[in-house]
Amino acid sequence: MSGTRPLAQAPTAPSRPAGGSTRVLPPVPGAAEDLRAHYARNGQARCRGPALIRAVREAGLTGRGGAAFPAHVKLAAVAQAGGRKVAVANGAEGEPASAKDAALLYHAPHLVLDGLQLAAEAVGAAEAYLYTDPRHAGPVERCLAERADDIPVTLVEAPPRFLSGQETALASRVSGGLGLPTFSFARVSERGVNGAPTLVQNVETLAHLALIARHGPGWFRRKGTPAEPGTTLITINADGHQIVTEAELGTPLASLITDGAAVLIGGYHGTWLPMAAALTLTLDNQALSRHHAALGAGVLAILPHHACGLIETARVVRYLAAESAGQCGPCLNGLPRIAVAMAELAGPQPRRGTVQAVERWAGLVTGRGACHHPDGTVRLVRSALRVFGAEIRRHAEGRCSATTSHPALPLPPADALPLTDEDWQ
Amino acid sequence: MTNSTAFWYASRATGVVALVLLTAVLVIGIAINRQARVPGLPRFAVTDLHRNLSLLAVAFVGVHVLTAVLDTFVSIPALAIVIPFTSGYERFWLGLGAIAFDLIVAMIATSLVRGRMNRTAWRAMHLTAYLCWPVAFLHGLYASGDLRQGVLSDVALGCALILAGAVTWRLVSVARQRPRASRVAAELAAAERQPPAAQTGPGLRSARR
Amino acid sequence: MTLTLRIDPIACTGHGACAEVAPELIEPDEWGYPIVSPGPVPARLERAARKAVATCPVLALRLQPASERPSRSG
Repeated sequence: MSGTRPLAQAPTAPSRPAGGSTRVLPPVPGAAEDLRAHYARNGQARCRGPALIRAVREAGLTGRGGAAFPAHVKLAAVAQAGGRKVAVANGAEGEPASAKDAALLYHAPHLVLDGLQLAAEAVGAAEAYLYTDPRHAGPVERCLAERADDIPVTLVEAPPRFLSGQETALASRVSGGLGLPTFSFARVSERGVNGAPTLVQNVETLAHLALIARHGPGWFRRKGTPAEPGTTLITINADGHQIVTEAELGTPLASLITDGAAVLIGGYHGTWLPMAAALTLTLDNQALSRHHAALGAGVLAILPHHACGLIETARVVRYLAAESAGQCGPCLNGLPRIAVAMAELAGPQPRRGTVQAVERWAGLVTGRGACHHPDGTVRLVRSALRVFGAEIRRHAEGRCSATTSHPALPLPPADALPLTDEDWQ
Repeated sequence: MTNSTAFWYASRATGVVALVLLTAVLVIGIAINRQARVPGLPRFAVTDLHRNLSLLAVAFVGVHVLTAVLDTFVSIPALAIVIPFTSGYERFWLGLGAIAFDLIVAMIATSLVRGRMNRTAWRAMHLTAYLCWPVAFLHGLYASGDLRQGVLSDVALGCALILAGAVTWRLVSVARQRPRASRVAAELAAAERQPPAAQTGPGLRSARR
Repeated sequence: MTLTLRIDPIACTGHGACAEVAPELIEPDEWGYPIVSPGPVPARLERAARKAVATCPVLALRLQPASERPSRSG
């Protein structure tokens, strides 16, 4: 398939995080957990159905797919709907800087599949799907064969697009169409896959749900903060490597990242922060929001001292522009222009007015697409203009902080960008 | 002139006008779809014109079928207006007229409630206009001999040629349109060829181009 | 009942008729796509809003009670 995106490397075994907070990931880094190992480690689920939804609410579990939406709200919404219902585990992970879903599906697939069964049962869904990158399909198929699930699970391959994990794109793809976002006056929980009320949960959210079903909400709240309980998987991008680790919410960032010029928090729709500021913060949205940042899908990407934040941002913004679905006029027109302007700022002596042009287009595209792709891109761009203001001045004088031309942030190769409808299947 | 003859003439006359109006409605509809401008008219006036002409066409079609039924020279039962191939007179060609009539009624009805119906369903119904016109045209050509002689034959030919031209233009324009999937790559390439700060104007406007 | 004007950005092709009939509510951007004023439609502009909804050739505009929200998910 054209456009298959290579990871920086295959999912790596998780390194042991400070404080030993592994819950969804097996405690010892190593091979994939088979069914027997899974039950040996985790035991059996004790809480099911409506009681499970209540437990999830008490536990305060929020979505781990990026939006941090309370999981019980989605569960309750679909549970209350009538008719045929669908549950989907979202493992698409279209974000190049994120590898946590891949790692989770590699190391603890049965926990995810348990979570999918429990969630599907709790909302009354008769069909379940696991939506994921084709590279994980083989191992997950083998896992499905080992199990004796009540609710049949169908594996659906996600196209290697940034927007694949977007809820409406997922619903469209699982329904058999292209993985393009759609616009509707109804939510996916009301009308999703083939028109049925659909529960969409990130694979990590389902893994935490499966553990809550075993150990209860009190146990879940023993880690993390009162407002943001539990642990979360994060991907740390540094020195050209991706490491996936599990950490308590509220962990000081300083124990996870140490050296660099700046850090991008929340992935390619996230926010840049200067390293000095980031090191004072903790891994939770309450702390991060004070700097206009958010955890997103738990992605941290470090800008090394030898790199230039403008050059890296321009590379990412070009990728984001190319990954637009091209369905909405403002996004289709605005993102390429922003990308080209950012490339000019990343080059020597950009023309006067380029920053103002970026600001104008940023304002024009925000909130005017069917999905949040333009908004997320603008968030990244604005944070870059804020944090790398000194670099902009340097470039205006013909200088640059970068001492190597080696790219720092992970991106698929240029020929992996979408060109035909097939690239969205 | 007897009442009967008056009705018969009225039916034939309104039929011709209805065909011309129907042709105009389709041509304007194609222009709207291709986002072409009618010189001198703002865009909303073109959509208004499309709507008003279609209602006018329906009015003429209404008088056309009513007078045809009221006329006693040939026997055309009222039911034959909506149910095709049930008239004694010119069963087949009149039947085509009934098909065209049914399609027009369905199109108008769905357009009146289009705010409340599924957009794809409305669009599919609206596209039957391309079926409706040739059916109406054949009905007009053969249900009576009017359109096959004299000035009216020129009128009929003119309508057919104009519509054929408009439809060809629509098909060619759609074929030349860049498919959605490659639009993004094209926009990016275009932006990279031009200096960005210069792109303050309309640039590449339509999402389709 | 307060109404808001909502646009389906995927259906919209930048035709521009809406901005002509309701200029106080809709303004075209530099690419011809409508920028719809957010928030409730003032009562005196409701008629113009309905005309805008009716004139859109692709049914991309909708006038909705303010309480309903479209799903613009991430």
